[in-house]
Formats: sequence, C-alpha cells, structure tokens
Amino acid sequence: MAFHSRIDSPEIPKFSDLKRLACDQLIYLLEQLPGRKDLFIEADLMSPLDRIANVSILKQHEVDKLYRLDNKPVISSCDQLCFLIRPHIQAVKWISEIVNSDKITGKCRKYKIIFCPQKFYVCEAVLEEQGVFGDVTCDEWEFYFLPLDDDIISLELPEFFRDYFLDGDQRWVFATAKALHYFHSLFGLPLKVYGIGKCAKMTYEMWRQFIEEGEKKLSTDKTGNLFIFDRDVDFVTPLCSQVVYEGLLDDVFRIKCGSVELCSDVTASDKTIKVLLNSQDKVFNEIRNEHFSNVFGFLSQKAKNLQTAYDKRQGMDIKQMKNFVSQELKGLKQEHRLLSLHISASEYIMKRKTKLDFQELLKVEHSLLDGFNVRESISYIEEHIIRQISMFESLRLLCLLSLTENGLVSKDYRSLKSQYLQSYGIEHVLTFANLRQMGLLVEQQPGETFTAMESTVGKLVADKAVGKLTDAFSSLAKKSNFRALSKKLTLIPKSNEEYDLHSPPDMAYIFSGAYIPLSCKLIEQVLERDGWNGLEEVARMLNGNEFAVAAGGGGAGESKPKPQSSRLMFVIFLGGCTFSEISALRFLGKQKGYKFIIITTAITNSSRLLESLNDGHS
Amino acid sequence: LLQQNWNWNSLLFSRKTDLYEMGWNIGGLRDCLIAAAPYGGPIGKCDKSYVWKSGIVVDIGWTVSDYLLCIQENGTVLIYDILGNYCRHFNMGSESQNSVTEAKVFHSAYRTGVAILTKAYRFSVVTNIDDQKIWRLPDVPGLQTSGLSCWTVISQDRQTKLVLASGRNIYVLDNDSCTSVTVPGLDPDVSSYFHMSASFNYKYLALYTNTGCIWMGTSNLKVPLKYMILKCSYYSCIMVFKISSRCRRPRSQQPSVVLMWDRLLLVAGKNNENDELYLVPELDGVRIIGSKSHEFLHEVPATCEEIFKIASMAPGALLLEAHKEYKKESQKADEYLREIKDQNLLPTAVEQCIEAAGFECEPETQKMLLRAASFGKSFLSNFSPEKFVTMCRELRVLNAVRDYTVGMPLTYVQFSQLTVQVLIDRLVFRRLYPLAIEICKHLKIREFQGVSHVLKHWACFKVQQKDPDEDIAHAINQKLGDTAGISYSEIAAKAYECGRPELAIMLLDFEPQSGEQVPLLLKMKRGQLALNKAIESGDTDLVYTVVMYLKNEMNRRDFFLTLRKHPVALSLYRQFCKHQEQDTLKDLYNQEDDHQELANFYVQESYQEKVEVRVAELQKAVDEYSKARNEFAAKATEEQIKLLKFQRKLQDETDKPYVDHSLHDTVYNLLLEGSHRHAEQLYKDFKIPDKRYWWLKISALAEKNDWEELEKFSKSKKSPIGYLAFVEVFSISEQFNYLIILSFLMSLREVEQAADIAIERKNENDLNLVLSRCNQSTDRSLVERLNKARSGANKK
Repeated sequence: MAFHSRIDSPEIPKFSDLKRLACDQLIYLLEQLPGRKDLFIEADLMSPLDRIANVSILKQHEVDKLYRLDNKPVISSCDQLCFLIRPHIQAVKWISEIVNSDKITGKCRKYKIIFCPQKFYVCEAVLEEQGVFGDVTCDEWEFYFLPLDDDIISLELPEFFRDYFLDGDQRWVFATAKALHYFHSLFGLPLKVYGIGKCAKMTYEMWRQFIEEGEKKLSTDKTGNLFIFDRDVDFVTPLCSQVVYEGLLDDVFRIKCGSVELCSDVTASDKTIKVLLNSQDKVFNEIRNEHFSNVFGFLSQKAKNLQTAYDKRQGMDIKQMKNFVSQELKGLKQEHRLLSLHISASEYIMKRKTKLDFQELLKVEHSLLDGFNVRESISYIEEHIIRQISMFESLRLLCLLSLTENGLVSKDYRSLKSQYLQSYGIEHVLTFANLRQMGLLVEQQPGETFTAMESTVGKLVADKAVGKLTDAFSSLAKKSNFRALSKKLTLIPKSNEEYDLHSPPDMAYIFSGAYIPLSCKLIEQVLERDGWNGLEEVARMLNGNEFAVAAGGGGAGESKPKPQSSRLMFVIFLGGCTFSEISALRFLGKQKGYKFIIITTAITNSSRLLESLNDGHS
Repeated sequence: LLQQNWNWNSLLFSRKTDLYEMGWNIGGLRDCLIAAAPYGGPIGKCDKSYVWKSGIVVDIGWTVSDYLLCIQENGTVLIYDILGNYCRHFNMGSESQNSVTEAKVFHSAYRTGVAILTKAYRFSVVTNIDDQKIWRLPDVPGLQTSGLSCWTVISQDRQTKLVLASGRNIYVLDNDSCTSVTVPGLDPDVSSYFHMSASFNYKYLALYTNTGCIWMGTSNLKVPLKYMILKCSYYSCIMVFKISSRCRRPRSQQPSVVLMWDRLLLVAGKNNENDELYLVPELDGVRIIGSKSHEFLHEVPATCEEIFKIASMAPGALLLEAHKEYKKESQKADEYLREIKDQNLLPTAVEQCIEAAGFECEPETQKMLLRAASFGKSFLSNFSPEKFVTMCRELRVLNAVRDYTVGMPLTYVQFSQLTVQVLIDRLVFRRLYPLAIEICKHLKIREFQGVSHVLKHWACFKVQQKDPDEDIAHAINQKLGDTAGISYSEIAAKAYECGRPELAIMLLDFEPQSGEQVPLLLKMKRGQLALNKAIESGDTDLVYTVVMYLKNEMNRRDFFLTLRKHPVALSLYRQFCKHQEQDTLKDLYNQEDDHQELANFYVQESYQEKVEVRVAELQKAVDEYSKARNEFAAKATEEQIKLLKFQRKLQDETDKPYVDHSLHDTVYNLLLEGSHRHAEQLYKDFKIPDKRYWWLKISALAEKNDWEELEKFSKSKKSPIGYLAFVEVFSISEQFNYLIILSFLMSLREVEQAADIAIERKNENDLNLVLSRCNQSTDRSLVERLNKARSGANKK
C-alpha cells in the first residue's frame, strides 16, 4: 500500500520557523547572563532542547558545562549558574537547596532560572518560602512548540495527561490555550473549530478570550480548520498494541522527540546509534505508516532496487562512472545505511515480539475489542499477571478489558486486582485508585446506584454555583459505552471477510483490520458532516461537551480563504496521541484529500500512559 | 491698528496683549504671596495675614502638573490640587524645623523641585517632589557673617545647582561642593547684588548689582552676554529673565530682561500707577499679573513682524494685502499676487501667514491670516494642506482654552512644547471633561490616549460623588460602554479608595478581563469573590495567588471549607501540598472526611519511611480504608502488613533483603534459596492460588537447574497449569537442552507434546528418542508423523 497524495491537497505552513523562533529566544535569554556559565537542564527538557539548540550553539553563547539537574550537590566551580527547567516545584526546590548550600559555604554566585515554557506563581512562592527569591533571577522561555515533522507538532508536555485528567490541575490548560493563541497569531486563525471533551471546550474558550483581549493586529488570514480532542474521549485506541511500523518502533524502542536510540543489540556494534525519524529519511518515510507485516517485503524490495542501482556501475565507462560517484553514490550510500538500520530494527522487533507470543496477545486484544470470548481473554490476562510477564502490559490488558466491557464484574475485578498486587506489590493499590478515578479500570456498578448517582449529578448541574462540583462526580460516573459506540460508528469491520492489508479500505488497517480507532473515526465523521449533526447520540455517550464553531476570530469575511486551505486540518490532542493515530489520520487525509497537522501535548503510547498513572514505586 | 501695542526696544519689538481682566476682588497684591504656574497655568494667591492652622506659609508655588505647593516655616510642604483640595504633604527634613526663611519652587522637564533656606543659612533641596529625596547642600563659608543677599536655582541636565550671592562673592553650590566664582566682565566696584534671576530654561542668568548694573550671561557664569547700566538703584525689585525662544531670527537671540521696580516696568516702559504687579516667566514671554489686569508681554515673533511691519514687502505681507484687495474686489489683488508669484515665493507667503496666525491671540486676526493663506493656497497646485489644517484645528483648541471660563492663556509656542496630552490632562484636572473630550475628538487623538483617557478620569471623579451606588455604576457603564482602552478595574480601585467597596464590586462586574478584577478584590478582602473570578478566568496562576492569600487570611477550617467549594482551587492546592506541605494535605483530607485519599496518602507515605515506621503507617491506612468502606484495599493492606512482618523476620534471620518485594517475588526468592518451608508457609498464609504457586516453583527450580526437585514436584500432583509451562521454563533456562526436555516430558507420559517439539526441531536424534518411547499400537498416528519427519530430516 503506497500513499499517493492527491494533487489538490493543501500546502503545509512552514513550521520550522517555530524552531528558529525558540532558538533565538533561548540565545537571547542566555545572553542576559553575560560571561561563562554552567547550564543545568531538567531531565525532561534535554531531548527537546537538543532538537532546538545543540551543544555547539550553547557553547557559542558561553555555556561552559552542561549538567542534568537532580537532587545532588553541585560540583561546578563556575560563578554563574543557569537553570533550564519546567515550572515544577521539585526542580525549584532543588535549585533552592543549591543556592542555600552555597550560602552556607560562603560561595557567591549568580543564579538564573529559565522556566520553560512559562513561570508559575507557585514557583516563585516556593523560592520565597525557601528564602532565595532575591538571589535568583527568573525568566521565561516561551518554547511551546516542537515541530517533530512536517505534520507533527508536539508541546512536549507529557505531564499534561496526569495533571489534568487525573489530578484536575488546570495549569497546563491555560498554558495550552496561550500556546494556541501564539500559534494562530503566527499561522492565521482557523475557519472553523470543532472539538469534544471538557478540556477541549475550556481550552477553546480561553483561547477565544485571548483573541478578544489581544491587539486587533492579529493576522486575519484564515487557514484550515481546527479539531480539539480530549484524550479521555478515547482511551481504547492508545491502549491497543501498535502494529504500524512507527508505532511499533515507539512501543519497542521509545521514540523521544522524533529520534530513536537503537541499542547495540540492534546495530550489531558496540555503540548505540541515534536515528532521526522523520520524512527526511526516505526509507522510513515510505514504511512508517505501513502495517508491520508489509514492512519486510517492502524493505527487501528496496534492497533489491538498491542493489540494481549499485550494479549499474558494471559496464560503465570512465565518464559515466565519474558521474555516478559524484551524483548518485552518496545518496545510495545514505539510503543503504538507513535501509540496513531499519532492517535490523525490524528484525529485532520480530525477535522480541515472537518471544512474547505477540500473535496470541493480538488475538486477545482483538477479541476484547470484538466482545468475543471474554472469559478466555480474562484467563489469558490472569496468566499474564501470574507469570509477571510485564507490569504495564498486564495493566493495559486489564484496562482494555474494563473499557470494552464497561467495567469488570465485581468478582473478576477483585480477583484480578489481588493477583496483580501479589505479583507487583501492594503499592499498586494507589495505581488502581488512579485508574478507577480515570474510568480506565472500574468495577461494574449495580444498575440502581448508577442512575441514582446520575440524578444527583443532574440536580447539581442545575445549580450553576456548584456546577464545578459535578466534575468530580462525572468522572466517577464516567461510562465507557464502548460497545454501543462501536456499533454506532461501525468501528469493528466485519470479521468474515479477509482484510487486505496491502491496500486497506479504511483506517482499521492500523490495527490489522480489527478496529477503526474511535478518535480518528470521530474526526472523520465530524468533518464529513461539518459538525455534530446526526452524532448527538454518539456525543452523549462520550459525555458531551462537543462543539463546532465557525470562524476563530473577529473580522469574518475580511480576507477570502484560499479554497485549499479549508482542507487543512489542525488536530489538537490534549493529553497525547499515538503514532498509530497519526498514521490513521494520514491515511484518512490521503483518502479524502485533507492534510492533517497533528498538534499534541506529547506523543504517547500505552506504556507512557499507564506509567504516568503508576504510583507504585518500581 | 495691529501694531498699536508694539514697543520698540532698541533691537526688537515686543508687544503686550491683554489676556484677561482680573475679576478677583482684592485690594492689591502687596502683602500677598502670588504664584502662577508656567504654560498659562493657574495663579495662586495667599494672603500673608491669613493664619494657617498648621503653620506659617513661607512661599507657594505650582508644580508642572498643576498642584499647588505651600511651603511652611516648619519645613512642611503641603500639596493641594487645582481645585483647592488637600492631597498630601511631605517634610523637608528635620533641620528645617521651624526655621525655613525662604523657599523657591523650580521646574524642569516633567518634574518640580523645592529648595529651602533655613535660618542657619543652610540649603536643602528636593529635586523631585514625587520621590522626595532630600539633598542637604554643603555649608557656604562666611554666610553667617556677611549674610545672603540673593539666590536662585539652576536645574539643568538632571543636575540642580544653587547660585547665591553673599556680599561681593558669588557661589555655586551643588550636592557636594561649594565653589566661589568670579563673574567675568563685571564692574570692579560692585560690592553686592540685589537680585539674580535665571532664564526659563536655565541657560542664562542675570545679576543686578548695587551699582545699578545688570549683568547677563550663561548660567555657568563664564560667558558674559550683555552688560547694561541703569541709572537708578532701587533696592527692591522683581526681575524676570526672558530669552526669546525662536531661532528663526538670529538677532533676537539677544537675551532681554524684564525688570520691575516698585512702579516701573522697564521694558514695557509703561507706568501702571497705583498697582502692584507680579511677573510670571514663560517660555516665550512674561505674564504680567496685576490686581485688575492680566497681560502677556512677549517679543513680536519674526513672522508677525514681517507681515505686520509698516510697509513690509515680505511675501506674507503681500499675500495678506492681496487678500484684502480681493475682498474689496479690486484688481490690485492680482498685482500683489503677481509680485509674489514672480519671485516664486507664494509657498513661503502661505506658510508665513499660517505661522503668523499661530502667534496671534485674537480670533479675528487669526481668521484674517488664515483666509489669506487659504486664498494663496488656491493658486498652488501641490501644496500640502496638512500644515493649514493642523493650524486651524489647533488654533480652535487654543481659542477654546483661552476662553475666560477655562482661563488657560496658552500661546502656540507653549502649546507645542506642552503637547496635547498634557493639555488634556490639565483640562481633566480642572474637571472640564466635555471640553477635553471634544478636543480629543476634534484633534482625532487615538481613543486610548484621548477619549478613553478622559472618560476614565471622569469615571474616577464620578465615583466620588454622593449619589447612590447603583446610579453611579449605571451612569458610568452607560457612558463608557465597551470603549476600548478603559479599565473598569482602575475605576473600581478608585471607588474603593474612596471607601465605596460596594460600588467597586459593581464596577468590577463590568470589567471583561477576570484577571484584572482579582487583585483589587483581594485588596478589598473579598477573597471568595476573587477566587470565583480567578477560576472563571482559567488562569491558574491567578487562582494560586488567591489561594495563597486566603491561606494567610483565613483560619484553617474556613480555608479548607472554601477550597472545598472550588474543586479547581482545591486540586491546585493539593498539588502544591504534595511537594511542600505533606501535613497540610493530610489535614485537608481529614477535614473533607476523604478516607480513601487519606488511606492512599498513608500508603504513599509508608514507603518513604523505614520498615519500623512503615507498619504503623500502613495500619493507619487500614483504618482509613475501612472507614472508606473499601474492604478490598483494607484487606490488601492488612496482608501487606503481615507480609512486611514476615519479610522483616526473614531479613533478620537470613541477612538478605526481603523487604520491598512483592509477595510473588518473595516466594520466588525463597524458592531460589531452597527455603521451601518458608515458601510453603507463605503459600498457605496468603492463600496463593495453585496456578501461581506452581508457576513460581517450576520457574524457580528451573532457574536453579534443580531438575531432580523439578521432576519430583511435577509428579507430586497434576499440574494446574499444564505441562507446556514446563517446556517454557526450560527454554528460558540456560541449560537449554532439548534432550532433557524430551526425556522429562516423556517421564511425565506427555508423549504427544514431546513429539510436537521433536517434529518442529527436525533433529534426527530427538525424533529417534521420542519414537523409542512411543507405544506403536496406541499412538499410531503419532508414530507416522514422527517417521515422516525423520525421513525429512534424513534428506537434509
């Protein structure tokens, strides 16, 4: 299956500008502290920083040594220390300790904290409480967007997911709205905004407010449409095993900020190799969206082609040879290198996955999605837990079970939970509490209590002053309704037909034809209907909060949008999205002539998702 | 005749314009303190005989922003606004206590300063009354004996100096030094100075000596400019120094001095019988204030002079003449016009007329000049109309503010220097809101600086009125609407300052930005309301600000109750507590009776503690879980306590780490070490399911390569997890040997599974081994398959 883009698919704005802007601002901030300085970077920020400004750029601006910020005493002898951190209380506390210990030893240094992407009031409050507020200077590095590829922009805020969806902490929502405002001031306002989810709605409203308050100077160009999507609308999709090449790479090797580190097992050499994964990599670009079963065939074909290209040498005269060496050889060599990397990566994946009985696992997942043979699946999961195969895999299967079955029967819930605790320790009581609060892993409630709860919630909603109170309840009362949704949106293709993975008819190919991702299906439907008309039932099952609003800002009709620009779709995932979803949207785009730009708070997958909810200490 | 009030003064013309007839009903200006602000500012008068409550006033003066300063003998400076309302006061330092003898108010760009002299001949200076930093100047030697005759302030380039005369010496005094200066070009007979005066811009200085001479020079006393001898030597005089500010006519750069003796105004040469006069230096002239009249004396600007001089042939004059003739419908108009045009001077003529209009005060004269300009302009094709239009607009404004009801005799030059912004501010201070708004609209000033600005001040004034809150709020909203650039929160802040919190809240409701409302609400101690607004805004920083404020303001119980009503704030505060105040978090859960969270909290806490404490923490968790009716978690925690105790005992006995392992891992480790007794105990105590126990046992034994034990175990009972698990265990183990697996399987009589593996492996030896164990009669199909596989393997 090759993706051929339609001729009329719209142009993509140049997002690389975002990188340049971020880099310039960072340099400016570093120069605010003239002279030699040591830079301490919070672990979270290391990979994103690397994509914006590499070490040599930093050194050019008088950064002497680079350290990772952690809870250790500082050995630096430099008299200027610069800290680049996220606005985390923990990091601020560590810095305060450094400053205070310097005070005790009588060292006199200059300290500067650069908060990325913004400073929070609490950070200053902590500095004040620790008595170092006057000793440090604070700045903000408004680095909101990291373009990972032509069509993926990440906010690199993995904590968004837990902070908002679990702890109900809205700080990142405000920051996201601000980022959105910034984004649209650069690239133009959207023609139409769609969205679903409470957080999406909130983000949209805050963003609107920014537009209203802001200077009217904003560019009135209108480009594309915007779809804002809450992660908690669809948990099923990110919890499924990924089988598309890019997704698999992420599951197996963990892609960090668009690059992957291949361990020595893969590269068959002593050192690890860091590979940048984006559309610049010709080989990768052709296989990233492919189902894994097609990848080997493709790679071997590619290898053959490459060989023929090399073979051209034979029978060349001197002049042709010269031409070949100067023009083609370098490209071929490069391709060769990448090809061999991807082949060995694929081999490694195969080895790992067959060892873990991947096919069996997929079968269980598919029957869970299908609602077929549930008992068998449960015993599979149980064995999975007993054998301690993988802490997060087991958890993932448990969640999938609960989501698709709309909660576990009490007996199963208890027994599986206690099995899990025996395997991995009591602290996971906390993890389970988290999962329950998120509605990811719940016990089925007897019918009456549920409706009773709903009616109280309804009453509370009527009273606007305590409207906010209901949020806590509604998350408790969250039903997953997966089965009904799947029927309504025909998420599960008919199983009696053979699914053609080579030229798939729909997005289900990303899950071997077993399931069309709910998130992407929703986007497709809303775009098709230009709103939520006819999807009322679906929206209700997803806890509502859907919206579709025309024109993002004042002065509608001032400038006629280009006819193509309405085919540009910005999709914002609040709480992260997976590579599989991105592949599915790319597929949809090719099919319908849209161009999707994915903006996400972070790239996620099942293990990242569950790890962030883990409160056990291992 | 327009020239009637002109006077010739050897080098230049000066003219006097009547500004206003003074309506004040006073006997005279003697025995009064008079102060008038520059730029056509207000006049302040203070009767010396008036007894002040707070002390004796030494001097009065105006600030650049139209506040009246009253300097009292005790060093207190009282500040009043233009409408006579007391604003604030400050003190000139302890040294000035009851000993201020003289004071001077001086201006420089954007600020006003005060200098005082005490009885002890010491000077103190405040260079900017808004920041009130007091400079004590160094002592001047010999002042005590020879006395001080006169002094003045020079404020230039952010530096303030005093020039003072004592006997025949002149001193310059600055912040840290006192230097004696010899004035160049002065009559050696001079033994003392009666008076000295600095020019409006402090560039020049004039000295009046006892020999009746006036010395004029630069203010650094280095370059003399003019020296003149007057044949009279009155001691008391007022001297005002004036420098022409225009540059277009080089020869009028000559400084001139307006002197006023008791009854003689020198430059004007007019004797105002029986009248006291007061002079106000201005940028481009002098205002003369008498008890009956208020006049403005200034040099005739060059353009005016050229146009109005008798028999002037300047292009402007000709144009004016041409226009006059044109009105009379005389053909002479054409002649004049030709004369200008022939010299190609028509644009200059028009410009002259426009400019001259600016210098005229009488609307009639202005009109005449502007009409002439417009007439001339119509003969020009590409003359930019901008100047003309601007002049018309600005003159209209000037005429409006010159009206006696407003009383700001601004000249065009002053107005240009002052800028429209300041003019509007002055009008606003005088509460002339409608006029100010009209001016803004007329001059097309941007809303933000113009109309909105005035409206804001109006609203701030409005909130001070005595009307009911609702009416005021309504009136303000009616008038302001959604005008851009208006901040309701500022108005509300004013209302609060005036002690009207209710009104302030009403006004805040109009504020569209919640972020702006919060700080004021906090100031007003409306924490709850502020919290609502902050949450509405979605700005978590704002919410934090309020939460932190409430934390300090309220008692803990109320604070928690408030948070409880606002889940958004609550979750934010929890996040904060998790890192900063663990104990508060506990209290918070306690307060809310949130046993579940409390229990979770204890569990969380427990694994940060040492083992000894951990049990206690977990016990607390058990209690809380039971209260939360979470029996499952309570039981799980209880088991954990049991496990912990067991692990500790083990750890003490074996000196190996057991704590921090899950039940599964503990059993596994025990099996690895061969303590089957303990493992069995755990198996029973914790009711470990058979499946798990079997799996644990076989994988541990395989890991240990304890095949004998494994075989024994496998035969002890039928495996609840099947026998494939055994195979898996083997393949994981290092001692990987299919022969062992096969023989093992066959010892268990699981021949079929053994056959499957052997067939898959395609190894002849393996196949033979299996075949040998097969019972030919019972496993017929199996034997066939094996044979087939063997022949396949042979071919290879």
